[in-house]
Amino acid sequence: MLYREAGDFKTTYAKDQALIPIRQDRVMLYIAIALALLLPFVASDYFLGSIAIPVLIMVIAATGLNLLLGYCGQISLGSGAFMAAGAYMAYKCATAFPWLPMPVSIILAGLATAMIGIAFGLPAVRIKGFYLAVATLAAQFFLLWLFTHVPWFVNYTMSGVPTPPPATVLGVYVTGADAPNWAKYLFVLSFTAFLTWIAYNLVRSRIGRSWMAIRDMDIAAELIGIRPLWTKLTAFAISSFYCGVAGALWSFCFINTVEPTAFDINRSFQILFMVIIGGLGSILGSYFGAIFITLFPIFLNSAPAWLGLDIPGDIITHLEFMIFGAMIVFFLIVEPNGLARLWQLGKEKLRLWPFPH
Amino acid sequence: MEFLSDFFVAPIMEMVDAPEFLAEVIIAGLMSGVMYSLVGLGFVLIFKASGIFNFAQGVMVLFAALNFVGLMDSGVHPIIAFIATVVIMTVLAMAIERVVLRRLVNQNQLILFMSTIGIAFFLEGFGELIWGGNVRPLDIGIPDDVVFIANGTILIQEADLFAGATAALLVTILALGFRYTAVGRALRAVADDHQAALSIGIPLNNIWVIVWAVAGFVALVAGIMWGTKLGVQFSISIVALKALPVLILGGFTSIPGAIIGGLIIGAGEKVAEVYWGSLFGGAIEEWFAYIVALLFLLFRPQGLFGEKIIDRV
Amino acid sequence: MILRTLTLAATAVATLASAVPAMAEGGHFIPVMSYRTGPYAPNGVPFANGYVDYFEMLNHRDGGVGGVPFILEECETGYKTDRGIECYDRLKNNNNGAVVLSPWSTGTTYGLIEKAAKDEIPLVTLGYGRTSAADGRVFPWVFNFPATYWSQASSMVRYIGQEMGGLDKLKGKKISLVHFDHPGGREPIPTLELLAEKYGFKMNKLPVALSSLSEQKSTWLQVRKNRPDYVLFFGWGVMNSTGLKEAAAIRYPMDKMLGWWWSGAEADVQPSAEAAKGYKAFSMHGAGIEYPVFDSIKEMHAAGKGYEGEAMGDVLYNRGLVNAAYIAEAMVVAQKHFGRAQLTGSDVRWGLENLDVTKERIEELGLTGLMPVTKVTCENHEGTTPAALVQQWDGKKWNIISDWIPAMSDVVRPLVEQDAALYAKENNITPRTCS
Repeated sequence: MLYREAGDFKTTYAKDQALIPIRQDRVMLYIAIALALLLPFVASDYFLGSIAIPVLIMVIAATGLNLLLGYCGQISLGSGAFMAAGAYMAYKCATAFPWLPMPVSIILAGLATAMIGIAFGLPAVRIKGFYLAVATLAAQFFLLWLFTHVPWFVNYTMSGVPTPPPATVLGVYVTGADAPNWAKYLFVLSFTAFLTWIAYNLVRSRIGRSWMAIRDMDIAAELIGIRPLWTKLTAFAISSFYCGVAGALWSFCFINTVEPTAFDINRSFQILFMVIIGGLGSILGSYFGAIFITLFPIFLNSAPAWLGLDIPGDIITHLEFMIFGAMIVFFLIVEPNGLARLWQLGKEKLRLWPFPH
Repeated sequence: MEFLSDFFVAPIMEMVDAPEFLAEVIIAGLMSGVMYSLVGLGFVLIFKASGIFNFAQGVMVLFAALNFVGLMDSGVHPIIAFIATVVIMTVLAMAIERVVLRRLVNQNQLILFMSTIGIAFFLEGFGELIWGGNVRPLDIGIPDDVVFIANGTILIQEADLFAGATAALLVTILALGFRYTAVGRALRAVADDHQAALSIGIPLNNIWVIVWAVAGFVALVAGIMWGTKLGVQFSISIVALKALPVLILGGFTSIPGAIIGGLIIGAGEKVAEVYWGSLFGGAIEEWFAYIVALLFLLFRPQGLFGEKIIDRV
Repeated sequence: MILRTLTLAATAVATLASAVPAMAEGGHFIPVMSYRTGPYAPNGVPFANGYVDYFEMLNHRDGGVGGVPFILEECETGYKTDRGIECYDRLKNNNNGAVVLSPWSTGTTYGLIEKAAKDEIPLVTLGYGRTSAADGRVFPWVFNFPATYWSQASSMVRYIGQEMGGLDKLKGKKISLVHFDHPGGREPIPTLELLAEKYGFKMNKLPVALSSLSEQKSTWLQVRKNRPDYVLFFGWGVMNSTGLKEAAAIRYPMDKMLGWWWSGAEADVQPSAEAAKGYKAFSMHGAGIEYPVFDSIKEMHAAGKGYEGEAMGDVLYNRGLVNAAYIAEAMVVAQKHFGRAQLTGSDVRWGLENLDVTKERIEELGLTGLMPVTKVTCENHEGTTPAALVQQWDGKKWNIISDWIPAMSDVVRPLVEQDAALYAKENNITPRTCS
């Protein structure tokens, strides 16, 4: 009874086609946005800088992989490398054209990453499934090697680890050390919100539907006139774009250094886990997955202290591995649609509650 | 122009100038290829019998070796430790079948693949939780010396020769087992056609357990070989990722393919690194195998020896 | 493993218990960014133990520095950059704020250079991190004494020259550089290239890919092909033990193999114990436990504190200890200058910048032979006398076999200033003036 669509009439086609057709959902969204905007006023600096910002950035990356894996059915183990591509490209753009506004540099970096994604997505034209995993592993290892071996990417600095240049938006620093966490947070938040909105629209547009058709049955999709090559490559391009933007933000707004090991194969697995645990084929799931995977290790590290226990760090790290592995298997068996499905089930329950039927 | 000559002419000249060294590079490469082959072999066994692409194979190598060295360090005789580890790997196979595979029957291959990634993470954490994350030297009396052949110009490590011989023996035993035992016949039947095998009364679940246990055994052998040379450590599971390109090259369903693919990748990446590496600033080994696999995927997706069962688009 | 865990847990609880009353009367809070897990754990454990033990020893013996105890809190980074940054943000404001920090990871150091300056927490990066941070005008908050990577590389060349009987003998010699293929491992290359040009030796770079740290056959095949007169070995973690094994396997003479100071710990050589006999590594401090300071540490252990028996006297344990000793010494300097016991991050920074550890002072601290003489100035955060020791592995333990080998500061310093200037330009920093 608490959650119901009854009485929520749609009197125009536009209303029926709205992104979120149910009023209660819309209200919830507004509340979520309001809370997100209020966060800088209430949250501590630590929460903003070390929890909210990385979570929001990983949401972008997870959404990117979800578009590819959850919607188009193409696996990628190279998301980390695409994030690295975004980070290095953004650094190049920001230093080569210092007059460009920072958001533009980051978008440009995303576009460059999309190009790279297309190149490594090409094998998808001939193969699918886990064969593609190997092709994307090639991207993972090759790209990181490339960025660390061609000094052009780091502007020939001797250390090889460039620092993102400070930049302002509307007169406030959003990157570099002078940037206050609230500004970085709002900067990242606007990217996340904008890209989420795009993703929601994409997946119900012609292009998103053709992705899903390819995912569900590629031969049938081809028969009804969907071009597999074009469809898969757009999925790769857009997914890489998201990862590229995420990588740029990760370097510029979170770790404040463009460092290759931050984007190694473990990062790729981390993003994959976010998508699986969050929910394959659900944008909202990317949020759940990113929040869960980012916060869980921090929780594991702090929980024993709250309980007054003292478990050494190495045990915790090993436990973390085990729990993540077990959860992957658990979700794949019990709930392949991940946390997003649990959310949906919760809503179903609320629709009936408190009546049993 | 200079680049072209550096790329095409100079390395060849170098090879011709010092053929003994080339031979040494190739032999060394083949020997590290043996390791890739052993890991690849485990992949192929499981893939043939159940259609699962077992990402956890590399971690199984680490897990088996950790158990073995852990038991040995606590004073157990190597032979008993070996048997105990085989038992552990069999129990593990049963657990995986019970808890994971049985519940994922008929699922999309991609889902199965991702579930093995989950298994890989679990095992990695579990193994290190029990035995700790330190590098553990392993010494079971495998010779660790070098021999020189061809008038002392070519250097070969005895441990490598030993590993090569063991791998050859292992493959022979497996091949004979597949050929002449009842279980082997059942395995081949399952590999050919699940449904038909089921209809003539082959218990599929048992076959899966057996295959995973055999893969665990192969992993243990690989782990011991690897561990003797370099110590049992975390990074074994990362090196084992290289078995993926090996399979692309050799084909997913062919045991000889896995062996030969491993040898080609092993030798190829050493030759590439030694002769062409410096041209690109070195460390091209990092991606060489994967890029070769990528090219193979574009031009011959079924690999050198694989059947054309691959989903073509 | 389990047993060790329990004892660790017990000691940690004891530490916590002892720290609680201290907090009430104030203290100097130092976050400990340890990495006791992951591929680099064998190096991280002794390092963190030495660091913690020295502070605990001061707490136990003297009640801290100037009567103000140290408050330590460990945070596990697993040697990952983002975890390190997260740890930093989580801990920096605890217990009235951190007063000094050692990030213990090149990646994390790069991420924190600007942040820490803004939070007014000085970074002490003992021989790692950003080399050009030695220019104190551009990097007021970062200290990388007693010597940087570049200084070390030049010490290595000087040492080779000594062995050959003069730097002029280097002409035409072949030196191979086997290095970790990561910005940290590539760091010394510019210096070595410059020196190669200056002294006419041929340098051959052999990077070891990150994914083949434990499988370096092709690298050592190339060493076998080139037959270099010396191999400089810049590894880290598992790459060290593997590299030494491979080097032994190709029968490369061990005494011609020189490791940098991250390739010279017990965990690196023990797996190939006998085979690595004769291998030399550089160091920035003494080896072993034959120093007076260890008496106090043993007393502290006897009282049930710290990490008893674990890696005591190991190379990296001593490095952690020296790291802590420098910090404690800087606090003494600052307390004297400001005339108050309780210090802030900015006070400690002043102390670090005016650090002058003389021979006499080292004697007083019971660290003679363990810690080098160091004088830091406003311009020069590397110390004015960067130098390195050579230690040799005899199959059982490390022995120091040389005097302090000074770096070629005339070559290194201009490079440092050049890179710092580039950084300042990119980040719109106006270098402060020091006079």
